[in-house]
Amino acid sequence: MEWETVIGLEIHVQLATKSKIFSGASTAFGAAANTQACAIDLAMPGTLPVANEEAFRFAVMFGLAMNSEIGKRSVFERKNYFYPDLPKGYQTTQLEEPIVGPGVTNIELADGSQRAVRLHHAHLEEDAGKSLHEDYQGMSGIDLNRAGTPLIEIVSEPDMRSAEEAVAYLKKIHSIITYLGISDGEMSQGSMRCDANVSVRLKGEEKLGNRCEIKNINSFKFVEKAIKVEAERQIEIIEDGGKIAQETRLYDADKNETRSMRSKEVANDYRYFPCPDLLPVILDDDYIETIRRTLPELPDAKLNRFVSEYDLSSYDAAVLTTDRVTADFFETAAKVSNEPKLAANWVMVDLAGYLNKSDTKLGECPFTAEQLAGLIVRIKDGTISGKIAKQVFEGMCNGEGDADSIIEARGLKQVSDTGALEKLVNDVIANNPAQVQNYVSADDSKRPKMLGFFVGQIMKASKGQANPQAVNEILLKKLNEQ
Amino acid sequence: MHTKTIAQLADALRSKEITSVELTQHFLDRIAALDSHYNSFITVTPDIALAQARAADERLAAGDTSPLCGIPIAHKDIFCTQDVRTSCGSKMLDTFIAPYNATIVENYLKAGAVMLGKTNMDEFAMGSSNETSYYGPVKNPWNTNCVPGGSSGGSAAAVAALLAPGATASDTGGSIRQPAALCGLTGIKPTYGRVSRWGMIAFASSLDQAGTLTRSAEDAALMLNVMASFDDKDSTCVDQPLEDYTATLNDSLTGLTIGIPEEYFSEGLHPDTAKAVQAAIKTYESLGAKTRSISLPHTHLAVPAYYVIAPAECSANLSRFDGVRYGHRCDAPKDLTDLYKRSRSEGFGDEVKRRILVGTYALSAGYYDAYYNKAQQVRRLIKQDFVDAFKDVDVILGPTSPSPAFEFGSKTQDPVAMYLEDIYTIATNLAGLPGLSIPCGLVDNKPVGLQLIGNYFAEGKLLNVAHQFQLATDFHQQLAPATA
Repeated sequence: MEWETVIGLEIHVQLATKSKIFSGASTAFGAAANTQACAIDLAMPGTLPVANEEAFRFAVMFGLAMNSEIGKRSVFERKNYFYPDLPKGYQTTQLEEPIVGPGVTNIELADGSQRAVRLHHAHLEEDAGKSLHEDYQGMSGIDLNRAGTPLIEIVSEPDMRSAEEAVAYLKKIHSIITYLGISDGEMSQGSMRCDANVSVRLKGEEKLGNRCEIKNINSFKFVEKAIKVEAERQIEIIEDGGKIAQETRLYDADKNETRSMRSKEVANDYRYFPCPDLLPVILDDDYIETIRRTLPELPDAKLNRFVSEYDLSSYDAAVLTTDRVTADFFETAAKVSNEPKLAANWVMVDLAGYLNKSDTKLGECPFTAEQLAGLIVRIKDGTISGKIAKQVFEGMCNGEGDADSIIEARGLKQVSDTGALEKLVNDVIANNPAQVQNYVSADDSKRPKMLGFFVGQIMKASKGQANPQAVNEILLKKLNEQ
Repeated sequence: MHTKTIAQLADALRSKEITSVELTQHFLDRIAALDSHYNSFITVTPDIALAQARAADERLAAGDTSPLCGIPIAHKDIFCTQDVRTSCGSKMLDTFIAPYNATIVENYLKAGAVMLGKTNMDEFAMGSSNETSYYGPVKNPWNTNCVPGGSSGGSAAAVAALLAPGATASDTGGSIRQPAALCGLTGIKPTYGRVSRWGMIAFASSLDQAGTLTRSAEDAALMLNVMASFDDKDSTCVDQPLEDYTATLNDSLTGLTIGIPEEYFSEGLHPDTAKAVQAAIKTYESLGAKTRSISLPHTHLAVPAYYVIAPAECSANLSRFDGVRYGHRCDAPKDLTDLYKRSRSEGFGDEVKRRILVGTYALSAGYYDAYYNKAQQVRRLIKQDFVDAFKDVDVILGPTSPSPAFEFGSKTQDPVAMYLEDIYTIATNLAGLPGLSIPCGLVDNKPVGLQLIGNYFAEGKLLNVAHQFQLATDFHQQLAPATA
């Protein structure tokens, strides 16, 4: 039997507005508990919400980026339930008339194929506070700093068929929101959180299986692992003759397993109804078109442009455009050096390797894109070889300055002076008579391979600084004279 | 001094006949001496009042022209007052002190008015008799065996007993107009959105509107001039130009068309109340107004629709009272559920619980369409009735409540009988229209209220129509017997 996993994602994204969605309190991350909660966030009696225009603008930007219909009339509703970190006893959210309607986005898969993932809708809502269960001697603390932070909940159709596809979609959403600048997208800080609806069915079956919702997964890696392990769990149950109970589950990263949340929390009747404190928000075409005109270039458009403008492969372009900072870094390096292919390689291989190894973000990189371009120019103009360039790059990563000053300070300048090179070549020929003899007596087809030995000796003697091209020329000439 | 209207007191202050401190002290003394008979105040604030009066006297001396400067008033205890308890008539908020002022409280502060204290009310404004207050029932100054009406019964009794020349109030289904009728006062509920709801503790957000209780339409105009404002802290507040409501008080009624809805004179209306209202119609005709019969065909659906919508909204609005952040918290909760259950069971009274349960039920899965959605549809029909009627008439006239003040306990066992008290007032809240009640006679020595309903933002017209009636009659000058 061949099984198919069916996945839909609900992604919560904190919008990077300066103030909260219904109050003037700051949304900055990391302040002392309850210092960023005003009377409205605390749901003091008599307080009233006022919707934040910036949150609407951000939501419309997202909707346009997803090719979605924009809800010209959107309505906030109250979702009623009691929890200590939900001060009003209801969450203000959207249900029947959300700000963003159906849309679609394409994801690039590892095999080079594409898949369209449809957006069911996206709606604006307020975040809850946080319950803190440690450090209070058996009691619970509540931090309401996060209460009222604007969220956009992005609900996909069940269009993904593997954990890898789900991650690719999640990354796509991440790249769109960061391109738009509407969220910092930091999963580790909770700026982007993901619920995954997972079900399995036999391949070819039309009907969807019973799904389980895995709540609050907070990294790309865990999304992949949680979906995999949940699908395996469901397949095992069905193969053993059991049935999947529709329920909410939590992913335990330490044990790499999902487990059921208390069923009581699932059986809530939220009693949604339109919030009478907030009037329906009406957006006109002018408002939407003004936003459309100010949208930055989005990942798909940038990818296509990188392919055509810089002659990159579609895969390389996809890697470079995953996030805006990387794309901008590459593009600056490519333009300044006028060597887009070299720039792409340096960014994707060496720079990515360094950032990964040192656990550094590109924003904190010790050198600029212009400085990387400076290094590429020095390779291209023959000042240093590709091999020496790796040493210079290391120096740049250590914060030693730009390529020229490192080349100067370390004396890495390539030797191209014919006199000096001739001396090196003569020495090597004189010191290796047997190899010279072999070379001379070999036929033409074997000679190029044998040449490598001499080049290696010469480079070694020059500590890598000899210009390989010039060495080749002189060497050939000298050997032919033998 | 206490028999004077706000307009007369404003003159007395300006002519230096009296100072605000003297006037304030006079009312504080009356409250101290007499309020034990009425229970109209939950909290009296003498120190604050006298400090504000001293400040007002300085402003008056400096030539302040604000008519309310130095005038003592009382605030319904539904309005948040910084540093002074705001209980909303509930045990739940018995110890609650807001760190902010309601916008209307702020408006009166800026105008130089003096706060005497906070008045009693039905718990969370849910009631038509002031019998649901945690602080005990308020007694009607006209007959202390009878209720003053509700939910603004404390404000009404305080003004009727001459313990304050005017008071703020709020009206969700008749909570200003019905007590005005039962206590012989002028009470106005403005258009929904005319007055900010910021800092007014919500009962049913789409229906709640603040207004005033005074002893004349002229005083109501003076009070409303200060209360009305656009407030960007309330998204439902309407950015409508402010007007001076005193400016049109003396407009002639000649050519005015008054609509008399036939549905407001059906069975259930006390025959003597009907007589008093009919006499008022004659008075208006004598003043040059034309009257014509109109129909508001969905009137009979107003009470049922209201008792779905208002409880539905209140069930969510009152969820914040959970014992977690402020307000009543039960002793030694053993877990979270216990904290919620006992804090709310102990903190809320029966009527509040009844409405939370009704509202929760009306919104629950499977019932939402049958109740909440249907009620909203009815609400649109009721609104359309008025929109149609106002194509032909300038104001609508009828009784405010079916009968004069009733005795304590006579309706507490029958919630529906109590709900029918608001049968003539509820529709205006559902439609968001301004409504006003003025005294138009006495039945068994108890006042009868005449209701006037205006078009959207026609408060000026309503007050004009009321003022002209008061120039021609003296019902509004009659004082409750015990006060003289």
